[in-house]
Amino acid sequence: MTAVLTVLDPGPLATVQDQGRVGHASSGVPRSGAADRAALRLGNRLLGNREDAAGIEATLGGLVVQMNAPLTVALTGAPGPAEAAGRTVAHGQPVWLEADAVLRLGAPAVGLRTYLSVRGGIAVPQMLGSRSTDLLAGIGPAPLSGGDRLPVGPPGSEPATAQAASRLPHGELSLRILLGPRDDWFTPAAVALLGSACWRVSERSDRVGIRLDGPLLERSAGVELPSEGCVRGSIQVSADGSPILLGPDCPVTGGYPVIAVVDDADCDLAGQARPGDVLRFRR
Amino acid sequence: MRLLPCGDTALLLECDTLDEVAAWSEQLTAAGLGQLEEIVPAARTVLLRVRPGSVTQVRREVQALDPAAAAPPLLDDPPPVPAPETAIPVIYDGPDLYEVGELTRLGARGVVEAHTSQLWRVAFCGFLPGFGYLVGDDDRLHVPRRADPRTRVPAGAVGLAGEFTGAYPRSSPGGWQLIGRTDAPLWDVERDPPALLRPGVRVHFVAVS
Repeated sequence: MTAVLTVLDPGPLATVQDQGRVGHASSGVPRSGAADRAALRLGNRLLGNREDAAGIEATLGGLVVQMNAPLTVALTGAPGPAEAAGRTVAHGQPVWLEADAVLRLGAPAVGLRTYLSVRGGIAVPQMLGSRSTDLLAGIGPAPLSGGDRLPVGPPGSEPATAQAASRLPHGELSLRILLGPRDDWFTPAAVALLGSACWRVSERSDRVGIRLDGPLLERSAGVELPSEGCVRGSIQVSADGSPILLGPDCPVTGGYPVIAVVDDADCDLAGQARPGDVLRFRR
Repeated sequence: MRLLPCGDTALLLECDTLDEVAAWSEQLTAAGLGQLEEIVPAARTVLLRVRPGSVTQVRREVQALDPAAAAPPLLDDPPPVPAPETAIPVIYDGPDLYEVGELTRLGARGVVEAHTSQLWRVAFCGFLPGFGYLVGDDDRLHVPRRADPRTRVPAGAVGLAGEFTGAYPRSSPGGWQLIGRTDAPLWDVERDPPALLRPGVRVHFVAVS
């Protein structure tokens, strides 16, 4: 019998995610994948899954699931209260749950996204080589809703890690950046401001991009940029001077100049930034 | 050619012309660089997505390539595979057809004639999955984007913007001048490859009623 996870309540937003979709960018297909890839990889390692197995990305908790068979699971990413069958479910370690157990995630105290991994991985069909939900392009499974039944794959044979070392910083998030490709489109003052200002994560942020409230970044060039390829982590500056930090579901091309790009590893930290959090960029 | 920094997992190669973009894309694909995950050609750039930690190596390897110096084909090489060609049926009744006729001084009929008589080529994709940017043989249909973009362009709309024509694989906001619509299957994830209009594909538009 295939183990099945039934979604009783997805909370504010829950999606299936893995490490993303590689190889179709030249057809306009975004990368997508977990907003905090490192947290999902860790969950998979704890369970002996392949690192690229799929799990559930829960946004601000609220996720309630039930399994039809005994199953080992792991919670990683944003730590929050979790319980099953009246007992607390620990964060960052493998936890065995009996058949019919109902697992409930509360809202995390820090961070935004909690990952639920299961031994064997979530085995929904792949689309273009990935199981990730891409909210902008509409590729992959739809966002989860109550009643969804998710098949669980056969247990992996990778050696399981016993220890978890995922820590989210409290307070300000400091992200490393590399200037360019279009830093020369901005005034020297704007480039300096990018590194010195405090940037507040706007309410209007999602998996496509994090809008940053702060000073406006003034351009030195007035011409329009022909659309060009961009990556997750790009700090794109719209016509009015306000920056957007592109997330996993960003399109493969953009028409606004990118002043700097966040280091790939730090994009996972950005994936845990919640509205109201403060970001700083350091070179 | 300039190689611009783009974080620690990419490089942005900037060209002067669309033809140069095509030559570099071909060369980069043929070179099969081990650390290069994929490329994204665009209007004047090619984005190179590389494996973590290999930006410096790929930069060096790309600088050693020269697209102008591609080796001439040897006599006993097999002939090159011709680029795929596809015909796209279009009903030319777009809301901007008459305005494009005035902008180009071709009139509505002249626009349809110019659109159907050229052989178009997909230069690159972007914006939406399966949205191809097509370039033609001449500049008769070069028009600016609409000053006021539409909040919703229906799937299948055929439009013009700058030096490009294209068709919307799904409904989305958009600023292109719409001259018609097609029911061609532009994007189908169940098909391999899912995009009908992918880089290199040649396209004839055919007027239907």
